Formats: sequence, structure tokens, C-alpha cells
Amino acid sequence: MTDKKIRVLVAKPGLDGHDRGAKVVARALRDAGMEVIYTGLRQTPEMIAEAALQEDVDVVGLSILSGAHMALAPRILELLKKNGQDQVKVFIGGIIPDEDMPRLKEMGITGIYGPGASTDDIIKEVREAVEP
Amino acid sequence: MSLTKSILEGNRLALARLLTQVENDSSQGRDALAELFPHTGKAHLIGVTGAPGTGKSSLVNQLALHYRKNTDKKVAIVAVDPSSPFTGGAVLGDRVRMRDLSGDEGVFIRSMATRGSLGGIARKTASVVQVFDAAGYEIIIIETVGAGQSEVDVARLAHTTVVVEAPGLGDEIQAIKAGILEIADVLVINKADRPGVENAERALRSTLELAHPIKRVFRHHGKSMSIAAPTADPNIWIPLIVKTVATEGKGIDELSESIAKHAAHLHQSGDWTARDRARLGSEMEALLQEALMDRFLDDIPHKEYEEIIEKVIHRNLSPSEAVTFLLNGNLR
Repeated sequence: MTDKKIRVLVAKPGLDGHDRGAKVVARALRDAGMEVIYTGLRQTPEMIAEAALQEDVDVVGLSILSGAHMALAPRILELLKKNGQDQVKVFIGGIIPDEDMPRLKEMGITGIYGPGASTDDIIKEVREAVEP
Repeated sequence: MSLTKSILEGNRLALARLLTQVENDSSQGRDALAELFPHTGKAHLIGVTGAPGTGKSSLVNQLALHYRKNTDKKVAIVAVDPSSPFTGGAVLGDRVRMRDLSGDEGVFIRSMATRGSLGGIARKTASVVQVFDAAGYEIIIIETVGAGQSEVDVARLAHTTVVVEAPGLGDEIQAIKAGILEIADVLVINKADRPGVENAERALRSTLELAHPIKRVFRHHGKSMSIAAPTADPNIWIPLIVKTVATEGKGIDELSESIAKHAAHLHQSGDWTARDRARLGSEMEALLQEALMDRFLDDIPHKEYEEIIEKVIHRNLSPSEAVTFLLNGNLR
């Protein structure tokens, strides 16, 4: 009997301290039956990659409201790849200007959610990304 | 290279992936665990339990740091959090308190959801612990959910069970409640910088006295009387009480010493092997029960089973008669 659950890492990289969005998403994913590893604030890219590896997650969700996404995203993607986890899907939520979105998608970010994004959409797209 | 071989050679990605297989009870997981099992038996399993808000995760963080600083043993931490009974999902947040451990390749933290188990750990926690043991993690700390008195499963799994209390949580009454205090090998009063520590300690000590009365010898010397020092029975372990302030790293040396004393006692008294036997024995029984049930139910045609249930619902058969019928083919 297998008992598979989708495992999602929710992390806030960098120095911004606004975690309400991350917590809302964490609870929504839990309510959708997923197991959410919540790592809290002030995570470095190295800490995020390390947690993603140890927890063997399917998805990494980054909450970034500081504007540092163009530096943080590629670094995290690079570390995941280095650790042999390039199949992990990375989503970003927070404050991301429209003009940065195409570049982020090119880098390999699977989904980007701004303020007002619906948790139903997030849940649906996370599921589709993991079980296509 | 096979998953098993990679793990034995220290590959952490392979380890993480096998932990998932084992947690999900896949056939790949079971096969790999069978291959790894001969390599188990070297780890000291330390359970950490206690009510929510007592500071378990911070304590585990400090304890792991202590082992890493003072020994060259690898430390694994299995942190268990509850699954929602309605949605099956979970938020696993114990890592939040363990940021000091990041960057150390000799530490591996794995979060597990209970997935329906009620005793404080998950059904597959024991198997996950075995994988870490085989992979060379000599200290394995299992942090339980923390719902309080019902969390006794970890005592069956661990060699040393640490129960964490904090002052001001109604200790005088809590201390006397059965269950959690009876499983403690080491009792920690965390947040010992808060008011109420002395009361908490007194309440715990008097409960321990009730549970483990020490024989005292009263000697008469004519008009005076003296009480001879109690001789400790080497086969009885009396839980040690340690005060800590986990967030400041205070009391951690004493905690680690107490844990070491308990381990020494287990080896000396033969209890170490006795506990291993009990643990592995009960794991085998649980697996046997599951396997027998599955096999038995597979052999009964679904329609026949449903007919018997209908008879019970219509009060033509009692549940125990129904079972006798299923087992014997008749009612005798």
C-alpha cells in the first residue's frame, strides 16, 4: 500500500520579514492534502537547497517580497541542479514585476504568483506540475 | 550503483530518496530496507517528547549542536508533526527552530507527518530510523508531535526517552498524570529561567518518589536514630531531572551527560538488548498482523464478506460470531 503525498518546501529567502502570504499558502496546501515543510524566515539559498534535498520535496515555493528575486531565483535553481534535484519544480510568490516574469520562466521557474493570486489556482498548478 | 550501495557510501540524495520510499511503504523501499537491515544496530535512539510549547525543537537543536561539537558522530533528527485527519495534509514546522544546524553535512533533518497514527510518531518512523542507522548516523533523535499524555509510542522505539516540561503549565497536576512521566528516562524542565521552576521540580521529584520509592534503612543507636544512605539497586533506573534554557544553550551539557548515563546503565544492566528485542519483536508483530489480515481478506470473495456483514447488521450474527464463522467456516 503506497501512501504518496506531494511534499512542498515553503521558504522565505533573504531578509524580508513579511510571512503572512507564505503561511496562507502553507495552510492552503495542507488543506489540499499536501505535506508542507515550512522553514521560516531568513533562509539562504544554501539552506533552502539543503532542506529541499533532505526532505526530498517535489516542489519548492519561495516567498519573495524584497525585490531580490532576480538574484535569489537563479542561485536556488543552480543549487538544486548541483544537488541532483533538477526535477524539483520551483514556484515564486510575492512582489514580482511583470517585466521580470518571462526571464524567470526562462530560468526554469514553473509558476509566479503576485498579490491576490488564488490559492485554488496555486493548488491546481502545483498538482499539475508534480503529476502531469 | 544501487540505491542501497549509494547510501552506504554516504550519498545524501540517495538517502533522502529512500526515506521517501520507506515512508510510502513501496516495494522498492521494503527491498532496500531488507538489504540495509544488517547494517543497523549501531545508533543510540533518543526520543524527545512533551507537550506543545515546552521547547522541544529548540532543545533538539541544541542537543544536536552539542553532539556535533563534542563528538564526530553523525546526527539524524526525525521531527514528527500531525497530519490533518480531514485533509490528510500537514504543515511540518520543526525545522524552523533548527537553523543553527544548517550547513553541517554531518546532520540530517527529516520531517515526517503522522499520516493517521495517534501515538506521537508515524507508522513508518521506526523504518525511517533504521535507514538512518544503516547509513551511519550514530545519534538519532526522534522528536514527537507533542500532544501530551498520549505520546508513549516513542518510548517503545527509543533507547532513551527524554520528556520535556516547562514551568507554569499546571505542573503540579500534570506531573501526577500517568503516561508521559512513566516513560521518561530523563526529565527536562526547559525554560528554566521562568517563574515556577522550583514548584515544577518539586512536583516532578515527588512524583518520581511515588513511582520509585527508595528503601531507607532506619538504624537505632540507643536514643538516637540515623537513616543510612539508600543503596541504589543497580538494575533500577531513576529518571534524572535536568534544568535547561534551550534558547540560550544552558543545561545542555548536563542533559547530554544524563543521556550518556542512561545509555551506560542500559548496557550494564542488559536492558539495551532487552529493549532492542522488545522493539524489533513488536515491529515484527505489527507487520505480521498487517500481512495476515491482507492475506486472509484477499482469500474471501468480496460478496461473501459483505453477506456476513449484512447478517451482523440485521442482528442475525454477533460480531464475534461473524469472526468465528470467517475463521472456521462455521459457528463453532
